[in-house]
Amino acid sequence: MAAFGTAAGRPLGRGGSPGFRFTLYAAVAVVVMYLDQRQHYLEQLRYVLQAGAYPVQLAVNSPPAAWAWIRRSFESRDRLQAENARLRAGQRDLELRSMRYEALEHENGELRGLRAALPPVADRWLAAEIVNVQLSSLRQRLLIDRGAVNGVFKAQAVLDDRGLIGQTTHVGPWSAEVILITDPEHAVPVRIERTGLRTIAVGAGDASSLALPYLPANADIKSGDLLVTSGLGGVFPQGYPVARVTEVHRDAVQPLAHVRAAPLAHIDTDSEVMLVWFRADHPAAPRPTADSLGELRSGTSSMQPQAAPPQPQAVPPRPQAAPPRPQAPAAAPQPATPRPQSVPRKQPAESQAAEPKAAAPQPATPEPATPEPATPEPATPQPATPQPDAPQSKEGQ
Amino acid sequence: MNAPGRGRILFTALVALVLTVLPLPPWLDVLRPVFLVLAVLYWSVNAPRTGDIALGFFAGLTLDVFQGPVLGQHALALTLVTYIAVREHQRIRYKPAFQQALFVFGALAVYEFVLFAIDGWSGHPVTSPLRWVHAVTGALLWAPVAAILGYGSRRHA
Repeated sequence: MAAFGTAAGRPLGRGGSPGFRFTLYAAVAVVVMYLDQRQHYLEQLRYVLQAGAYPVQLAVNSPPAAWAWIRRSFESRDRLQAENARLRAGQRDLELRSMRYEALEHENGELRGLRAALPPVADRWLAAEIVNVQLSSLRQRLLIDRGAVNGVFKAQAVLDDRGLIGQTTHVGPWSAEVILITDPEHAVPVRIERTGLRTIAVGAGDASSLALPYLPANADIKSGDLLVTSGLGGVFPQGYPVARVTEVHRDAVQPLAHVRAAPLAHIDTDSEVMLVWFRADHPAAPRPTADSLGELRSGTSSMQPQAAPPQPQAVPPRPQAAPPRPQAPAAAPQPATPRPQSVPRKQPAESQAAEPKAAAPQPATPEPATPEPATPEPATPQPATPQPDAPQSKEGQ
Repeated sequence: MNAPGRGRILFTALVALVLTVLPLPPWLDVLRPVFLVLAVLYWSVNAPRTGDIALGFFAGLTLDVFQGPVLGQHALALTLVTYIAVREHQRIRYKPAFQQALFVFGALAVYEFVLFAIDGWSGHPVTSPLRWVHAVTGALLWAPVAAILGYGSRRHA
Protein backbone atom coordinates (compact mmCIF):
# COMPACT_ATOMS: atom_id res chain seq x y z
CA MET A 1 0.00 0.00 0.00
CA ALA A 2 2.09 2.81 -1.29
CA ALA A 3 -0.39 5.36 -0.10
CA PHE A 4 0.76 4.82 3.39
CA GLY A 5 4.40 5.32 2.73
CA THR A 6 4.09 8.94 1.82
CA ALA A 7 3.44 10.40 5.19
CA ALA A 8 6.59 10.78 7.17
CA GLY A 9 6.29 9.23 10.57
CA ARG A 10 6.11 11.94 13.09
CA PRO A 11 5.77 11.65 16.80
CA LEU A 12 2.43 12.58 18.10
CA GLY A 13 4.02 15.48 19.90
CA ARG A 14 0.93 16.34 21.84
CA GLY A 15 1.51 13.94 24.64
CA GLY A 16 -1.70 12.67 26.08
CA SER A 17 -3.81 15.08 24.16
CA PRO A 18 -5.56 12.50 21.96
CA GLY A 19 -6.61 10.75 25.10
CA PHE A 20 -7.85 14.00 26.55
CA ARG A 21 -9.76 14.93 23.46
CA PHE A 22 -11.18 11.46 23.22
CA THR A 23 -12.47 11.75 26.75
CA LEU A 24 -13.89 15.15 25.96
CA TYR A 25 -15.71 14.09 22.82
CA ALA A 26 -16.87 10.84 24.30
CA ALA A 27 -18.29 12.72 27.25
CA VAL A 28 -20.06 15.11 24.90
CA ALA A 29 -21.47 12.16 22.97
CA VAL A 30 -22.69 10.50 26.12
CA VAL A 31 -24.29 13.70 27.36
CA VAL A 32 -25.96 14.20 23.99
CA MET A 33 -27.28 10.65 24.10
CA TYR A 34 -28.57 11.11 27.60
CA LEU A 35 -30.29 14.37 26.76
CA ASP A 36 -31.80 12.93 23.61
CA GLN A 37 -32.93 9.68 25.10
CA ARG A 38 -34.04 10.56 28.60
CA GLN A 39 -34.75 14.24 28.68
CA HIS A 40 -35.88 15.02 25.14
CA TYR A 41 -34.11 18.34 25.21
CA LEU A 42 -32.67 18.03 21.78
CA GLU A 43 -35.71 18.34 19.57
CA GLN A 44 -34.59 21.78 18.44
CA LEU A 45 -31.10 20.56 17.69
CA ARG A 46 -32.48 17.63 15.74
CA TYR A 47 -34.74 19.98 13.86
CA VAL A 48 -31.78 22.06 12.76
CA LEU A 49 -29.65 19.04 11.94
CA GLN A 50 -32.42 17.50 9.95
CA ALA A 51 -32.72 20.70 7.96
CA GLY A 52 -29.00 20.51 7.27
CA ALA A 53 -29.20 16.90 6.24
CA TYR A 54 -32.07 17.40 3.85
CA PRO A 55 -30.02 18.68 0.87
CA VAL A 56 -27.80 15.60 1.06
CA GLN A 57 -30.80 13.34 1.23
CA LEU A 58 -32.34 15.08 -1.76
CA ALA A 59 -29.11 14.81 -3.71
CA VAL A 60 -28.77 11.16 -2.86
CA ASN A 61 -32.22 10.48 -4.12
CA SER A 62 -31.86 12.53 -7.28
CA PRO A 63 -30.61 9.73 -9.61
CA PRO A 64 -33.62 7.46 -8.98
CA ALA A 65 -35.92 10.47 -9.11
CA ALA A 66 -34.42 11.63 -12.40
CA TRP A 67 -34.79 8.16 -13.82
CA ALA A 68 -38.43 8.01 -12.79
CA TRP A 69 -39.02 11.42 -14.31
CA ILE A 70 -37.45 10.40 -17.62
CA ARG A 71 -39.51 7.25 -17.74
CA ARG A 72 -42.66 9.16 -17.03
CA SER A 73 -42.02 11.76 -19.69
CA PHE A 74 -41.58 9.11 -22.35
CA GLU A 75 -44.65 7.17 -21.47
CA SER A 76 -46.71 6.40 -24.50
CA ARG A 77 -50.00 8.06 -25.24
CA ASP A 78 -51.83 4.74 -25.33
CA ARG A 79 -50.71 3.79 -21.90
CA LEU A 80 -51.68 7.15 -20.51
CA GLN A 81 -55.10 6.88 -22.09
CA ALA A 82 -55.58 3.41 -20.70
CA GLU A 83 -54.54 4.60 -17.29
CA ASN A 84 -56.88 7.55 -17.54
CA ALA A 85 -59.80 5.29 -18.36
CA ARG A 86 -58.92 3.02 -15.50
CA LEU A 87 -58.72 5.91 -13.07
CA ARG A 88 -62.04 7.27 -14.24
CA ALA A 89 -63.68 3.92 -13.69
CA GLY A 90 -62.03 3.67 -10.31
CA GLN A 91 -63.29 7.09 -9.33
CA ARG A 92 -66.85 6.26 -10.35
CA ASP A 93 -66.63 3.17 -8.24
CA LEU A 94 -65.41 5.11 -5.26
CA GLU A 95 -68.08 7.74 -5.65
CA LEU A 96 -70.77 5.10 -5.66
CA ARG A 97 -69.31 3.52 -2.63
CA SER A 98 -68.95 6.80 -0.78
CA MET A 99 -72.60 7.61 -1.49
CA ARG A 100 -73.50 4.44 0.28
CA TYR A 101 -70.99 5.30 2.95
CA GLU A 102 -72.59 8.62 3.65
CA ALA A 103 -75.95 6.99 4.02
CA LEU A 104 -74.47 4.50 6.43
CA GLU A 105 -72.73 7.20 8.34
CA HIS A 106 -75.99 9.03 8.72
CA GLU A 107 -77.80 5.92 9.82
CA ASN A 108 -75.05 5.14 12.25
CA GLY A 109 -75.28 8.61 13.68
CA GLU A 110 -79.01 8.22 14.19
CA LEU A 111 -78.54 4.91 15.83
CA ARG A 112 -76.13 6.45 18.22
CA GLY A 113 -78.64 9.10 19.03
CA LEU A 114 -76.70 11.97 17.60
CA ARG A 115 -78.48 14.88 16.00
CA ALA A 116 -76.60 14.76 12.77
CA ALA A 117 -74.16 12.56 11.04
CA LEU A 118 -70.61 13.11 12.12
CA PRO A 119 -68.09 14.64 9.79
CA PRO A 120 -65.42 12.24 8.63
CA VAL A 121 -62.69 11.68 11.15
CA ALA A 122 -59.99 12.84 8.76
CA ASP A 123 -59.99 16.59 8.87
CA ARG A 124 -57.53 17.28 6.10
CA TRP A 125 -54.70 15.52 4.41
CA LEU A 126 -51.62 16.33 2.46
CA ALA A 127 -49.81 14.31 -0.14
CA ALA A 128 -46.11 13.91 0.42
CA GLU A 129 -43.50 12.54 -1.89
CA ILE A 130 -41.06 9.93 -0.70
CA VAL A 131 -37.56 11.30 -0.90
CA ASN A 132 -35.55 8.48 0.54
CA VAL A 133 -36.27 4.92 1.53
CA GLN A 134 -34.56 2.69 4.05
CA LEU A 135 -35.93 -0.78 3.77
CA SER A 136 -33.50 -3.03 5.53
CA SER A 137 -34.28 -5.70 8.04
CA LEU A 138 -33.06 -3.36 10.75
CA ARG A 139 -34.80 -0.16 9.82
CA GLN A 140 -37.86 0.47 7.77
CA ARG A 141 -38.06 4.20 7.35
CA LEU A 142 -39.09 6.73 4.76
CA LEU A 143 -38.11 10.30 4.32
CA ILE A 144 -40.86 12.51 2.94
CA ASP A 145 -40.69 16.01 1.55
CA ARG A 146 -43.10 17.64 3.99
CA GLY A 147 -42.09 19.06 7.31
CA ALA A 148 -42.98 21.47 10.03
CA VAL A 149 -43.59 24.31 7.59
CA ASN A 150 -46.45 22.23 6.21
CA GLY A 151 -47.80 21.66 9.68
CA VAL A 152 -46.52 18.13 10.01
CA PHE A 153 -46.10 17.09 13.63
CA LYS A 154 -44.46 14.25 15.39
CA ALA A 155 -46.35 10.96 15.62
CA GLN A 156 -48.68 11.89 12.81
CA ALA A 157 -50.45 9.13 10.94
CA VAL A 158 -49.24 8.36 7.42
CA LEU A 159 -51.46 6.42 5.03
CA ASP A 160 -51.60 5.50 1.41
CA ASP A 161 -54.73 4.83 -0.60
CA ARG A 162 -54.99 1.26 0.67
CA GLY A 163 -54.04 1.35 4.28
CA LEU A 164 -51.79 2.43 7.04
CA ILE A 165 -48.12 3.09 6.33
CA GLY A 166 -46.67 4.40 9.55
CA GLN A 167 -46.15 7.54 11.55
CA THR A 168 -43.70 10.40 11.60
CA THR A 169 -40.83 10.12 14.03
CA HIS A 170 -38.58 13.10 13.37
CA VAL A 171 -39.87 16.26 11.81
CA GLY A 172 -37.56 18.75 10.21
CA PRO A 173 -38.57 22.03 8.64
CA TRP A 174 -38.97 20.63 5.13
CA SER A 175 -38.81 16.93 5.67
CA ALA A 176 -39.98 14.27 8.04
CA GLU A 177 -38.91 10.77 8.82
CA VAL A 178 -41.61 8.14 8.83
CA ILE A 179 -41.30 4.90 10.71
CA LEU A 180 -43.18 2.19 8.84
CA ILE A 181 -45.54 -0.24 10.49
CA THR A 182 -43.17 -2.95 9.27
CA ASP A 183 -40.19 -1.58 11.19
CA PRO A 184 -39.17 -4.04 13.88
CA GLU A 185 -39.41 -1.23 16.41
CA HIS A 186 -42.94 -0.31 15.53
CA ALA A 187 -46.13 -1.76 16.90
CA VAL A 188 -49.64 -0.74 16.03
CA PRO A 189 -52.71 -1.63 18.10
CA VAL A 190 -55.17 -3.39 15.82
CA ARG A 191 -58.55 -5.00 15.95
CA ILE A 192 -59.60 -8.04 13.97
CA GLU A 193 -62.48 -6.74 12.00
CA ARG A 194 -64.46 -9.96 11.91
CA THR A 195 -64.42 -10.61 15.64
CA GLY A 196 -63.50 -7.33 17.27
CA LEU A 197 -60.60 -8.98 19.05
CA ARG A 198 -57.88 -6.49 19.80
CA THR A 199 -54.18 -7.16 19.65
CA ILE A 200 -50.92 -5.58 18.58
CA ALA A 201 -49.25 -5.89 15.19
CA VAL A 202 -45.49 -5.63 15.31
CA GLY A 203 -43.27 -4.96 12.33
CA ALA A 204 -41.30 -7.94 11.14
CA GLY A 205 -38.52 -6.07 9.39
CA ASP A 206 -39.53 -6.71 5.82
CA ALA A 207 -41.93 -4.68 3.77
CA SER A 208 -44.44 -7.45 3.29
CA SER A 209 -45.22 -8.80 6.71
CA LEU A 210 -46.35 -7.96 10.21
CA ALA A 211 -46.27 -10.26 13.20
CA LEU A 212 -49.08 -10.66 15.72
CA PRO A 213 -47.15 -12.15 18.59
CA TYR A 214 -49.68 -11.75 21.40
CA LEU A 215 -52.58 -13.91 20.35
CA PRO A 216 -53.33 -17.00 22.40
CA ALA A 217 -53.41 -20.24 20.48
CA ASN A 218 -57.16 -20.48 20.78
CA ALA A 219 -57.85 -16.96 19.53
CA ASP A 220 -60.47 -16.73 16.86
CA ILE A 221 -58.39 -15.68 13.91
CA LYS A 222 -57.92 -17.17 10.50
CA SER A 223 -56.03 -16.26 7.41
CA GLY A 224 -57.86 -13.67 5.37
CA ASP A 225 -59.03 -11.71 8.39
CA LEU A 226 -58.78 -7.96 8.02
CA LEU A 227 -56.92 -6.03 10.69
CA VAL A 228 -57.98 -2.45 11.29
CA THR A 229 -56.57 0.09 13.69
CA SER A 230 -58.20 -0.15 17.09
CA GLY A 231 -57.81 3.51 17.98
CA LEU A 232 -55.86 2.73 21.12
CA GLY A 233 -52.39 4.08 21.50
CA GLY A 234 -53.33 7.61 20.63
CA VAL A 235 -51.84 7.90 17.17
CA PHE A 236 -54.13 6.28 14.64
CA PRO A 237 -57.87 6.72 14.65
CA GLN A 238 -59.81 3.52 14.80
CA GLY A 239 -61.08 1.72 11.77
CA TYR A 240 -58.31 2.27 9.25
CA PRO A 241 -57.28 -0.90 7.41
CA VAL A 242 -53.81 -2.13 8.30
CA ALA A 243 -53.18 -5.64 7.07
CA ARG A 244 -54.69 -8.93 6.10
CA VAL A 245 -53.82 -12.11 7.96
CA THR A 246 -51.84 -14.42 5.73
CA GLU A 247 -50.71 -17.17 8.01
CA VAL A 248 -51.99 -18.66 11.24
CA HIS A 249 -49.94 -21.38 12.78
CA ARG A 250 -51.00 -23.07 15.99
CA ASP A 251 -48.65 -25.35 17.80
CA ALA A 252 -50.04 -27.61 20.49
CA VAL A 253 -47.17 -26.91 22.85
CA GLN A 254 -47.09 -23.16 22.34
CA PRO A 255 -49.49 -21.01 24.32
CA LEU A 256 -49.45 -18.34 21.65
CA ALA A 257 -50.42 -18.60 18.03
CA HIS A 258 -47.93 -17.70 15.36
CA VAL A 259 -49.73 -15.21 13.14
CA ARG A 260 -48.44 -13.25 10.18
CA ALA A 261 -50.22 -10.56 8.24
CA ALA A 262 -49.45 -8.69 5.05
CA PRO A 263 -49.82 -4.90 5.14
CA LEU A 264 -52.43 -3.57 2.78
CA ALA A 265 -50.46 -0.46 1.93
CA HIS A 266 -48.02 -0.92 -0.91
CA ILE A 267 -45.11 0.01 1.24
CA ASP A 268 -42.32 -0.92 -1.11
CA THR A 269 -43.79 0.50 -4.30
CA ASP A 270 -45.45 3.72 -3.21
CA SER A 271 -43.98 6.96 -4.38
CA GLU A 272 -46.49 9.14 -2.58
CA VAL A 273 -48.04 8.93 0.84
CA MET A 274 -50.74 10.88 2.65
CA LEU A 275 -50.31 12.75 5.90
CA VAL A 276 -53.58 12.97 7.75
CA TRP A 277 -54.90 15.37 10.37
CA PHE A 278 -57.77 14.07 12.43
CA ARG A 279 -60.60 15.85 14.14
CA ALA A 280 -59.81 15.74 17.79
CA ASP A 281 -63.44 15.81 18.88
CA HIS A 282 -64.53 12.92 16.71
CA PRO A 283 -65.43 9.74 18.59
CA ALA A 284 -63.32 7.66 16.23
CA ALA A 285 -60.32 9.91 16.57
CA PRO A 286 -57.21 8.68 18.33
CA ARG A 287 -57.67 9.34 21.98
CA PRO A 288 -54.31 9.94 23.55
CA THR A 289 -54.13 10.19 27.26
CA ALA A 290 -53.10 13.58 28.51
CA ASP A 291 -49.81 12.09 29.48
CA SER A 292 -48.91 10.34 26.29
CA LEU A 293 -49.91 13.34 24.24
CA GLY A 294 -47.61 15.59 26.16
CA GLU A 295 -44.87 13.12 25.68
CA LEU A 296 -45.52 12.86 21.97
CA ARG A 297 -45.48 16.56 21.43
CA SER A 298 -42.33 17.13 23.34
CA GLY A 299 -40.60 14.15 21.84
CA THR A 300 -40.62 10.67 23.25
CA SER A 301 -37.63 8.68 24.14
CA SER A 302 -38.28 6.06 21.55
CA MET A 303 -40.05 8.38 19.15
CA GLN A 304 -42.94 6.05 18.55
CA PRO A 305 -45.65 6.11 21.10
CA GLN A 306 -46.22 2.41 20.79
CA ALA A 307 -42.74 1.08 20.75
CA ALA A 308 -42.14 -2.53 20.12
CA PRO A 309 -42.06 -5.02 22.91
CA PRO A 310 -38.63 -6.32 23.88
CA GLN A 311 -38.03 -8.82 21.10
CA PRO A 312 -40.06 -8.06 18.05
CA GLN A 313 -38.55 -10.81 15.93
CA ALA A 314 -38.61 -13.55 18.48
CA VAL A 315 -41.48 -15.39 16.93
CA PRO A 316 -43.29 -17.01 19.82
CA PRO A 317 -42.47 -14.74 22.72
CA ARG A 318 -42.13 -15.97 26.22
CA PRO A 319 -45.47 -16.54 27.77
CA GLN A 320 -45.17 -13.84 30.34
CA ALA A 321 -44.22 -11.24 27.78
CA ALA A 322 -47.83 -11.14 26.67
CA PRO A 323 -50.55 -11.47 29.20
CA PRO A 324 -53.37 -13.33 27.52
CA ARG A 325 -55.80 -10.95 26.04
CA PRO A 326 -57.93 -9.92 28.94
CA GLN A 327 -60.90 -8.73 26.98
CA ALA A 328 -60.87 -11.68 24.64
CA PRO A 329 -63.86 -13.44 26.20
CA ALA A 330 -65.93 -10.31 26.07
CA ALA A 331 -64.83 -9.04 22.72
CA ALA A 332 -64.83 -12.22 20.73
CA PRO A 333 -68.54 -13.00 20.59
CA GLN A 334 -69.86 -9.70 19.39
CA PRO A 335 -67.84 -6.92 17.82
CA ALA A 336 -68.29 -4.14 20.28
CA THR A 337 -69.32 -0.94 18.61
CA PRO A 338 -66.70 1.75 18.84
CA ARG A 339 -68.88 4.24 20.67
CA PRO A 340 -69.59 2.47 23.93
CA GLN A 341 -66.06 1.23 24.27
CA SER A 342 -64.23 4.41 23.51
CA VAL A 343 -66.20 6.69 25.75
CA PRO A 344 -66.02 4.90 29.07
CA ARG A 345 -62.44 4.04 28.20
CA LYS A 346 -61.38 7.55 28.90
CA GLN A 347 -61.24 7.12 32.58
CA PRO A 348 -59.26 3.92 32.85
CA ALA A 349 -56.91 5.25 30.22
CA GLU A 350 -56.11 8.29 32.25
CA SER A 351 -55.71 6.49 35.48
CA GLN A 352 -53.55 3.95 33.77
CA ALA A 353 -51.41 6.47 32.02
CA ALA A 354 -49.30 7.19 35.02
CA GLU A 355 -47.44 3.96 35.55
CA PRO A 356 -46.66 2.41 32.19
CA LYS A 357 -45.20 5.58 30.77
CA ALA A 358 -41.62 5.20 31.77
CA ALA A 359 -41.27 1.47 31.94
CA ALA A 360 -43.28 0.26 28.99
CA PRO A 361 -43.21 2.65 26.09
CA GLN A 362 -46.64 1.75 24.76
CA PRO A 363 -48.93 4.30 26.37
CA ALA A 364 -52.27 2.62 25.94
CA THR A 365 -51.88 -0.99 25.15
CA PRO A 366 -55.12 -2.84 25.33
CA GLU A 367 -54.43 -4.60 28.57
CA PRO A 368 -55.85 -2.62 31.46
CA ALA A 369 -53.33 -3.75 34.05
CA THR A 370 -54.12 -7.38 34.59
CA PRO A 371 -52.07 -9.17 37.13
CA GLU A 372 -54.59 -11.87 37.77
CA PRO A 373 -55.05 -13.71 34.47
CA ALA A 374 -51.33 -14.28 34.64
CA THR A 375 -49.25 -16.53 32.50
CA PRO A 376 -50.89 -19.67 31.29
CA GLU A 377 -49.01 -22.93 31.61
CA PRO A 378 -46.79 -23.04 28.58
CA ALA A 379 -47.54 -26.66 27.84
CA THR A 380 -51.29 -26.74 28.08
CA PRO A 381 -53.26 -24.41 25.93
CA GLN A 382 -56.70 -25.39 27.26
CA PRO A 383 -56.77 -23.54 30.58
CA ALA A 384 -55.28 -20.43 29.07
CA THR A 385 -58.44 -18.44 28.67
CA PRO A 386 -61.84 -19.54 29.85
CA GLN A 387 -63.36 -18.74 26.51
CA PRO A 388 -66.69 -20.42 25.92
CA ASP A 389 -66.44 -20.56 22.16
CA ALA A 390 -62.78 -21.41 22.03
CA PRO A 391 -63.06 -25.08 21.08
CA GLN A 392 -65.63 -24.36 18.46
CA SER A 393 -63.49 -21.72 16.86
CA LYS A 394 -60.63 -24.13 16.86
CA GLU A 395 -62.60 -26.73 15.00
CA GLY A 396 -63.78 -24.21 12.51
CA GLN A 397 -60.18 -23.64 11.68
CA MET B 1 4.59 14.88 3.68
CA ASN B 2 2.26 17.64 2.84
CA ALA B 3 -0.74 17.17 5.02
CA PRO B 4 -3.97 16.95 3.10
CA GLY B 5 -6.03 20.07 3.56
CA ARG B 6 -9.16 20.30 5.56
CA GLY B 7 -11.17 20.87 2.40
CA ARG B 8 -9.97 17.65 0.91
CA ILE B 9 -10.86 15.68 4.01
CA LEU B 10 -14.29 17.26 4.24
CA PHE B 11 -14.92 16.62 0.57
CA THR B 12 -14.03 12.96 0.79
CA ALA B 13 -16.10 12.67 3.97
CA LEU B 14 -19.08 14.15 2.17
CA VAL B 15 -18.69 11.75 -0.75
CA ALA B 16 -18.40 8.89 1.70
CA LEU B 17 -21.52 10.09 3.47
CA VAL B 18 -23.46 10.12 0.22
CA LEU B 19 -22.27 6.59 -0.52
CA THR B 20 -23.32 5.58 2.96
CA VAL B 21 -26.89 6.84 2.74
CA LEU B 22 -27.49 6.16 -0.96
CA PRO B 23 -30.62 4.07 -1.26
CA LEU B 24 -29.75 0.54 -2.34
CA PRO B 25 -31.70 -2.68 -2.69
CA PRO B 26 -31.89 -4.51 0.65
CA TRP B 27 -29.41 -7.29 -0.09
CA LEU B 28 -26.82 -4.78 -1.23
CA ASP B 29 -27.64 -2.57 1.72
CA VAL B 30 -26.62 -5.33 4.10
CA LEU B 31 -23.30 -5.74 2.33
CA ARG B 32 -22.54 -2.07 2.06
CA PRO B 33 -19.72 -0.95 4.34
CA VAL B 34 -20.10 2.31 6.22
CA PHE B 35 -17.95 4.32 3.85
CA LEU B 36 -17.91 7.31 6.13
CA VAL B 37 -16.28 5.26 8.87
CA LEU B 38 -13.73 3.94 6.40
CA ALA B 39 -12.90 7.46 5.28
CA VAL B 40 -12.59 8.71 8.84
CA LEU B 41 -10.38 5.76 9.69
CA TYR B 42 -8.17 6.47 6.70
CA TRP B 43 -7.70 10.10 7.65
CA SER B 44 -7.10 9.37 11.29
CA VAL B 45 -4.35 6.96 10.34
CA ASN B 46 -2.80 9.04 7.58
CA ALA B 47 -3.42 12.58 8.72
CA PRO B 48 -3.90 12.29 12.45
CA ARG B 49 -3.39 16.01 12.93
CA THR B 50 -5.96 17.30 10.50
CA GLY B 51 -8.33 14.40 10.62
CA ASP B 52 -8.65 14.33 14.32
CA ILE B 53 -10.97 12.91 16.89
CA ALA B 54 -13.16 15.90 16.14
CA LEU B 55 -13.60 14.56 12.64
CA GLY B 56 -14.78 11.27 14.05
CA PHE B 57 -17.16 12.97 16.41
CA PHE B 58 -18.81 15.16 13.83
CA ALA B 59 -18.93 12.42 11.21
CA GLY B 60 -20.64 10.27 13.79
CA LEU B 61 -23.09 13.02 14.61
CA THR B 62 -23.93 13.28 10.92
CA LEU B 63 -24.56 9.56 10.76
CA ASP B 64 -26.81 9.93 13.79
CA VAL B 65 -28.91 12.47 11.99
CA PHE B 66 -29.26 10.19 9.00
CA GLN B 67 -29.78 6.85 10.60
CA GLY B 68 -29.45 6.92 14.35
CA PRO B 69 -32.27 6.24 16.72
CA VAL B 70 -30.43 8.15 19.43
CA LEU B 71 -28.43 11.29 18.79
CA GLY B 72 -24.84 10.72 19.87
CA GLN B 73 -24.73 6.98 19.30
CA HIS B 74 -22.64 6.92 16.15
CA ALA B 75 -20.74 9.91 17.48
CA LEU B 76 -19.55 7.95 20.50
CA ALA B 77 -18.71 4.85 18.47
CA LEU B 78 -16.81 6.79 15.86
CA THR B 79 -15.01 8.88 18.47
CA LEU B 80 -13.75 5.71 20.07
CA VAL B 81 -12.64 4.19 16.77
CA THR B 82 -10.94 7.44 15.73
CA TYR B 83 -9.14 7.60 19.02
CA ILE B 84 -7.79 4.09 18.59
CA ALA B 85 -6.73 4.86 15.03
CA VAL B 86 -5.06 8.14 15.96
CA ARG B 87 -3.23 6.52 18.84
CA GLU B 88 -2.00 3.62 16.80
CA HIS B 89 -1.55 5.41 13.52
CA GLN B 90 2.25 5.01 13.54
CA ARG B 91 1.99 1.30 13.89
CA ILE B 92 -0.79 0.87 11.37
CA ARG B 93 0.45 3.12 8.65
CA TYR B 94 3.43 1.04 7.62
CA LYS B 95 1.80 -2.32 7.87
CA PRO B 96 1.09 -4.28 4.70
CA ALA B 97 -2.40 -3.99 3.33
CA PHE B 98 -3.53 -7.29 4.71
CA GLN B 99 -2.71 -6.38 8.28
CA GLN B 100 -4.29 -3.01 7.81
CA ALA B 101 -7.44 -4.73 6.66
CA LEU B 102 -7.34 -6.84 9.80
CA PHE B 103 -7.06 -3.71 11.90
CA VAL B 104 -9.95 -2.15 10.01
CA PHE B 105 -12.00 -5.24 10.64
CA GLY B 106 -11.29 -4.97 14.34
CA ALA B 107 -12.10 -1.26 14.37
CA LEU B 108 -15.38 -1.82 12.53
CA ALA B 109 -16.26 -4.60 14.94
CA VAL B 110 -15.62 -2.28 17.87
CA TYR B 111 -17.68 0.39 16.16
CA GLU B 112 -20.57 -1.95 15.58
CA PHE B 113 -20.33 -3.31 19.08
CA VAL B 114 -20.68 0.16 20.56
CA LEU B 115 -23.72 0.76 18.37
CA PHE B 116 -25.10 -2.60 19.37
CA ALA B 117 -24.64 -1.92 23.05
CA ILE B 118 -26.22 1.52 22.85
CA ASP B 119 -29.09 0.10 20.81
CA GLY B 120 -29.69 -2.33 23.61
CA TRP B 121 -29.45 0.25 26.40
CA SER B 122 -31.69 2.72 24.68
CA GLY B 123 -34.37 0.16 24.06
CA HIS B 124 -34.07 -0.46 20.33
CA PRO B 125 -32.45 -3.86 20.34
CA VAL B 126 -31.60 -5.12 16.86
CA THR B 127 -30.22 -8.57 17.29
CA SER B 128 -30.06 -9.60 13.66
CA PRO B 129 -26.60 -10.98 12.84
CA LEU B 130 -26.77 -9.12 9.54
CA ARG B 131 -25.70 -5.96 11.26
CA TRP B 132 -22.16 -7.32 11.60
CA VAL B 133 -21.73 -8.11 7.91
CA HIS B 134 -20.49 -4.64 7.04
CA ALA B 135 -17.39 -5.11 9.20
CA VAL B 136 -16.27 -7.88 6.86
CA THR B 137 -17.08 -6.07 3.64
CA GLY B 138 -15.53 -2.91 5.02
CA ALA B 139 -12.27 -4.74 5.70
CA LEU B 140 -12.36 -6.30 2.25
CA LEU B 141 -12.93 -2.93 0.62
CA TRP B 142 -10.30 -1.18 2.71
CA ALA B 143 -7.49 -1.55 0.17
CA PRO B 144 -9.35 0.05 -2.75
CA VAL B 145 -10.84 2.74 -0.54
CA ALA B 146 -7.43 3.61 0.87
CA ALA B 147 -5.97 3.64 -2.63
CA ILE B 148 -8.63 6.06 -3.83
CA LEU B 149 -8.32 8.32 -0.80
CA GLY B 150 -4.53 8.28 -1.05
CA TYR B 151 -4.42 8.94 -4.75
CA GLY B 152 -4.44 12.71 -4.52
CA SER B 153 -1.91 13.02 -1.75
CA ARG B 154 0.51 10.83 -3.63
CA ARG B 155 0.30 13.15 -6.58
CA HIS B 156 0.94 16.15 -4.36
CA ALA B 157 3.92 14.61 -2.72
